[in-house]
Amino acid sequence: MALLEVKDLGVEFGAFRAVDNVSLHVDAGEVLGIVGESGSGKSVTALALMGLIEEPGRVHAQHLRFDGRDLLAMPLKERRALLGKDIAMIFQDPMASLNPCFTVEFQLVETLRIHEGGSRKALRARALELLQQVEIPDAERRLSAYPHQLSGGMSQRVMVAMAIACNPRLLIADEPTTALDVTIQAQMLALLLRLQRERGMALVLITHDLGVVAEIAQRVLVMYAGQVVETSRVPDIFEAPRHPYTEALLSALPEHNIGQRRLRSMSGMVPGAFDRPSGCLLSPRCAYVQPRCRDERPALDGDVGMQARCFYPLAQVSA
Amino acid sequence: MSAVLNQTPPSPLAELWRDFRRNRGAMIGLVVIVILVLSALLADVIAPYSPKEQYTDAVLKPPSMQPIGGHVFLLGTDPVGRDLLSRLIHGTRLSLMIGLVSVVLSLSGGVVLGLLAGFFRGGTEFTIMRLMDIMLALPSLLLAVAVVAILGPGLTNAMYAIAIVMLPHFVRLTRAAVIGEMGKDYVSASRIAGAGTLRLMFDTVLPNCAAPLIVQATLGFSTAILDAAALGFLGLGAQPPTPEWGSMLASALEFIQSAWWVVTLPGLAILVSVLAFNLMGDGLRDALDPRLKK
Amino acid sequence: MFTFVLKRLALVAPTFLGITLLVFSLIRMIPGDPVEALSGERGMDPARYTRLIHEFGLDRPLPVQYGEYVWKAVHGDLGLSTVTHESVFREFIARFPATIELSLCAILIALLLGLPAGIIAAVKRNTVWDYSVMGASLTGFSMPIFWWGLLLILTFSVTLGWTPVSGRIAIQFDIPPVTGFMLIDSLLSSDKGAFKSAVSHLILPSIVLGTIPLAVIARMTRSSMLEVLREDYVRTARAKGASSVRIVGIHALRNALIPVITTVGLQVGTLLGGAILTETIFSWPGIGHWLVDAIGHRDYPAVQGGLLMSASVIIGVNLLVDVMYGVINPRIRHH
Repeated sequence: MALLEVKDLGVEFGAFRAVDNVSLHVDAGEVLGIVGESGSGKSVTALALMGLIEEPGRVHAQHLRFDGRDLLAMPLKERRALLGKDIAMIFQDPMASLNPCFTVEFQLVETLRIHEGGSRKALRARALELLQQVEIPDAERRLSAYPHQLSGGMSQRVMVAMAIACNPRLLIADEPTTALDVTIQAQMLALLLRLQRERGMALVLITHDLGVVAEIAQRVLVMYAGQVVETSRVPDIFEAPRHPYTEALLSALPEHNIGQRRLRSMSGMVPGAFDRPSGCLLSPRCAYVQPRCRDERPALDGDVGMQARCFYPLAQVSA
Repeated sequence: MSAVLNQTPPSPLAELWRDFRRNRGAMIGLVVIVILVLSALLADVIAPYSPKEQYTDAVLKPPSMQPIGGHVFLLGTDPVGRDLLSRLIHGTRLSLMIGLVSVVLSLSGGVVLGLLAGFFRGGTEFTIMRLMDIMLALPSLLLAVAVVAILGPGLTNAMYAIAIVMLPHFVRLTRAAVIGEMGKDYVSASRIAGAGTLRLMFDTVLPNCAAPLIVQATLGFSTAILDAAALGFLGLGAQPPTPEWGSMLASALEFIQSAWWVVTLPGLAILVSVLAFNLMGDGLRDALDPRLKK
Repeated sequence: MFTFVLKRLALVAPTFLGITLLVFSLIRMIPGDPVEALSGERGMDPARYTRLIHEFGLDRPLPVQYGEYVWKAVHGDLGLSTVTHESVFREFIARFPATIELSLCAILIALLLGLPAGIIAAVKRNTVWDYSVMGASLTGFSMPIFWWGLLLILTFSVTLGWTPVSGRIAIQFDIPPVTGFMLIDSLLSSDKGAFKSAVSHLILPSIVLGTIPLAVIARMTRSSMLEVLREDYVRTARAKGASSVRIVGIHALRNALIPVITTVGLQVGTLLGGAILTETIFSWPGIGHWLVDAIGHRDYPAVQGGLLMSASVIIGVNLLVDVMYGVINPRIRHH
């Protein structure tokens, strides 16, 4: 049984469908990458899993199970007991995600206080330990610092420390490196990977950067305009993408454009709230579009673990 | 290309009206204001009697449908026998005029000063803003009273006083909006394209600051009406026999035990008008706030 | 911290000077001069007129007059009231505690009712609670406060007879002014029922004066709360599994209160303006009432001194608010 099982998740904001028919699963200890550009619905999916979608958003799914337990049917109090303890999340903008009025120590200790409790001294010691685990230098001094006194990379490390404080079994990282400098990004990913291995944590890494996925994920989910368009394993997806969108993403990478004068890109834009096509959502932009694509919406097709939402998936040709 | 469009996005004005309409309070405010404006314009026609006519045989009579000496005073009479209903209706005209004049004066002055401060920064800004700080350091009513003390009591002077008192708010608002806009790229683009300062000020930047100014102007109406009433109450605004709502309350304290309608009704008129403008101002603010779009 | 306070003080000085200039010019702009006002209807013989002009220093050039005025003001000499011939400064100080007492009670009521109301309205957004709080507060600051006072007097004093109509305490009590605050003084005195009388006299005026601040605080708290609840760090707290109480009470409140405190500070100006009207209606012997009388009697030294003192108080409170803001918001301090 998978640690996290999601079937037919949908999230609507009024008439706008941010997430449509998304299904995924995460096994204990594995790393799943979710890839997509802005507006693909990947962040909303993560928030829906955590139960952090607010009015006027509506979340519904066939099932949403963590460790066999139904997250949607669960009373609020039970769900809160899970958040921060068994399932944790870190967000994109670390500077905005920390409360400016409280010290690092206060915010770190809070997770422990909510779920485990303990004396002030004991909690402080654990906080110190956590900061050291996320490789923050001069940890002692950092404890009494305020968020605005930390750099972006430092803040994100504090966020990670907060997230792993209670030894969660699943960590969701929503674009953890996007807001950081390039030089820090590699460090952050290495840290996440190390922690994941050491603690046997499942990790869902949400990103728009395929290169990141290649490095640390075992399986990949590609999302476009709120739908899952391809699921695959790493490195298969890089060698033989089945969905035209995935192929386009790959062909836009600098590594695949050596010798070219321009990066290959896809024409057109992600559909917004007012211009969703009635056929396949990619049809206005797809290089392989056929008449059937414009009229019908394809469903996910293929063997388990290697599916694509396309009537004419690309042939298995090695790059 | 045959991407089928499911919806067309509405035009900005239509969107504004739609958001505004959704706010029931704002719609009520709008309706009330329309009624007030109509009353003001048609006061001579719809008021049953002259607001200045004293009916000596009907002094301090309570509201009633029973005629006294051949006249029906639906809302009663005041201490010198004037029909309260007619006075209230004519008072609408006065209050709206006070609001209009004060706000227009204050807005124009405030926008100009705010533009100067926001555009030219440096010494100009410092002087203007220090001046505004000084004006804001005195309680607004006190400042208004002081100004009226200089100019002499009366309705027009009250309007000037109120305009002066509201000025710093418009200046601050405009300046803040201008400074916010100045940093944006479209201003630099205009400048590079060769737009002169005046054109830049009025054509480019000002329209984008319009939203908060519109809201503040609407709310300024309510401030003006309240301030005018306060001045009238203190005897410094409209003078008798002018039927201004505040001055009608001036001598009300004496009659609080004997004639509740003299005390209650003019105040109620003030409350309703001010409430209407506040509701509409709030509605505009909510409708114009881009963040609430989602 | 100390440098922060000093810097704020330094900014205040030019504003203060500006106020003295403003007040000085305002009074000088009034048609006619104070000596003329003294002469009343009977007129004055020219010799006495010239002598008085000289006594008041009105024959010296304006900048000199201004300089003298500022110098004296800084030393607490604001001249003599033309009505009572007492030091204006002393008159102000004598009446000031009454206004402070009233204002403090008003702000207390405003905070005690306004803060919770705003928080509830924000947490229960778009429900009946939210609408009633917002409706009530909107009505609150759309009312002319003198009318509201009259209405309350009509209901509670005249019709129900629960509260007195005017003054700070029933006339039969003669309380020695130890602190100037009737609540404290009446407690200190051994007169039975004095404290109760003082409280009952304070209730209605405080409610009337506190109504607008209450409305403003409720609205401000609500909108501030709503904004803060949308912030990323609140989402982080939720992701940690924090309860609603914890999120609202600890994470949100501290951040949400920051703009509210500034608002409360800014309300001091409104309070002083409102005090004028409230004190007039309730015959409350504070500075608002005194100022209005002074204007009516053309007591220019009193008007001038009163304006200056009021403005100074407001500036002082704003300074205090600035400093408190620095205490609560660590970011400001560290710059």
